[in-house]
Amino acid sequence: MLRNAPRTGPAGDLTSPAGTGASKHVGKRAFSTSPGARVPFRDRLRRDWQLLLMTLPAIGLLIVFHYVPLLGNVIAFQDYSPYVGIADSPWVGMSNFQWLLLDDGFWDATLNTLSITAFQLVFYFPVPIALAILLDSVVRPRLRVFIQGIVYMPHFFSWVLVVTLFQQMFGGAGLLSQILRDHGHSGFDIMTDPDTFILLVTAETVWKDAGWGAIVFLAALAAIDQNLYEAAAVDGASRWRRMWHVTLPGLRPVIVLLLILRLGEALNVGFEQFFLQRDAVGRDAAEVLDTFVYWRTLLTGEWSYGAAAGLVKGVAGLILIVIANKVAHRFGEQGIYKRS
Amino acid sequence: MMTSPPWAERPGRAGGLAKGLVLTFVVAAVLFPIYMVVLTSLSTQEAVSRAGGLVTAPGELSLAAYRQLFAGGVVTRAVLVSLGVTAAGTAISLGVTVLAAYGLSRPGSLMHRPLLFLVLLTFLFGPGLIPSYLLVSSLGLVDSYWALILPTAVTAFNLVVMRSFFMSIPGEVTDSARIDGASEFRILRRIVLPMSKGVTAVIGLFYAVGYWNSFFNAVLYLNDNAKWPLQVVLRQYVLQGQSLFVGQSGTGTIPGQALPPGLAVQMAIVVVALVPVLFVYPFVQRHFTKGVIVGAVKG
Repeated sequence: MLRNAPRTGPAGDLTSPAGTGASKHVGKRAFSTSPGARVPFRDRLRRDWQLLLMTLPAIGLLIVFHYVPLLGNVIAFQDYSPYVGIADSPWVGMSNFQWLLLDDGFWDATLNTLSITAFQLVFYFPVPIALAILLDSVVRPRLRVFIQGIVYMPHFFSWVLVVTLFQQMFGGAGLLSQILRDHGHSGFDIMTDPDTFILLVTAETVWKDAGWGAIVFLAALAAIDQNLYEAAAVDGASRWRRMWHVTLPGLRPVIVLLLILRLGEALNVGFEQFFLQRDAVGRDAAEVLDTFVYWRTLLTGEWSYGAAAGLVKGVAGLILIVIANKVAHRFGEQGIYKRS
Repeated sequence: MMTSPPWAERPGRAGGLAKGLVLTFVVAAVLFPIYMVVLTSLSTQEAVSRAGGLVTAPGELSLAAYRQLFAGGVVTRAVLVSLGVTAAGTAISLGVTVLAAYGLSRPGSLMHRPLLFLVLLTFLFGPGLIPSYLLVSSLGLVDSYWALILPTAVTAFNLVVMRSFFMSIPGEVTDSARIDGASEFRILRRIVLPMSKGVTAVIGLFYAVGYWNSFFNAVLYLNDNAKWPLQVVLRQYVLQGQSLFVGQSGTGTIPGQALPPGLAVQMAIVVVALVPVLFVYPFVQRHFTKGVIVGAVKG
């Protein structure tokens, strides 16, 4: 019974900003007509030119700094030299991609990226959910707002800052080593240990983003009909049973959605976090796809090769997102774009 | 004081205790490192060497580290650069985003679908590091502060969040002004924006934090280390422990004596990077209500 109860609220509305969302307002406004209006183009231009003018700066910036470099990816098929330019650089077909597929460094970086994603799915992903349930159970509103304010905060710190703080706590000269040495043990330095690097980056991610990640689950929790809890309690369901039969089903759509989105982003583990720690830990553990592109290209000037690696990652990422959305739709969730 | 519903059983002692402990641990895990960093930055050199590292218990306090940092030189300059980039960048980003979000918020307006599609498509496919770098350098923006602002000036995500907020304002409110002959710019400034203070504050915070924390673009585009923003300086002198005062002439320290930065000075740099966020955050935090954030977190 409880599981099938209708649910509405923020959890279901998650994707509304991404959709066009226009239809429900149509007809409410004096000047707007139905979509695909039959008002002649000139009249619409006369009516809407100010709105078009307003979008111009943003669209211009996106075209120049997003779409133009997107086209610049053609250098992946060239032997590009900045002195010659895109127009005159020789075309080499797929050879950059062939070299890439034979490059052990590329596959190592891919493997590292996927391992980190998999590890964080297990050890990061559930943390915001647990934290949200815990925060939701704090009934005193002021205490709850206070705790929320504190746990959201690290999200706004830069990666340089977060890595620095971790170094001060857990690095070779950090607090923990210092305490251990004071008590006659040998110090240690997880900031330079490739074997534990995956733990370190996951701990950093938890510290920085778990609190912020809880917001979306808190919103979903707030949308659960309190009558369901009351009905369950009256039926004799204990605290834990209520969590199992009311809370978790209430969170399910958001959990599924975010899980799928994360899988779609499997090749993105963040750049700066790894860029900052790659030198200390070493390439073998800390090279991910994004840092591979950076180090392989900007230091050697092999632009075309780097662009090819970036393009492979981008296309693979796009395919993953499309698959993830297909899966989301199959689960009856919205995904990031609507079924068309 | 407690507002738990009447049907809920009273929390057991063990359960309540465990919950309290976990929450205390969570809060302490965030606050403790910050506390120690601040305390160390305010401690005298002697207190730091007695502690053998980070200071955990307050001893003698001093502002010497801050005096040294703000005597002019690398950190002073980096703070000014970061403040300037943050102020200019946030103003530009917020202005451009508000305009476009409003411009795309009217259902049925000319071209709004293809334009919105152009914005949304940026979610799916990024241009990639190398082509972006080549573009910025071909525009002659290397070593220019514009390279820290323009490529990231519009975030599709912020634009979409703002647009969906504008769309939730009932059309009747703006229609009457429109019938009275007010221009769209006037409607935006006089009617829509005053109703959107919360969302504007939050989006402004997102942009401002992005600029303040801007690190990699600076590494990528600024070769001239005199132009470095604070995050790059933080990495160089604290994370990598390079000496702060090498090659720096006539500022606060004895020339020729390149002392590695003392821990207090290093921690003072961390605090300087931290303080604006800590300071602005509480004013905006109360707007982190469901409405803004649920849309906002999705990306």
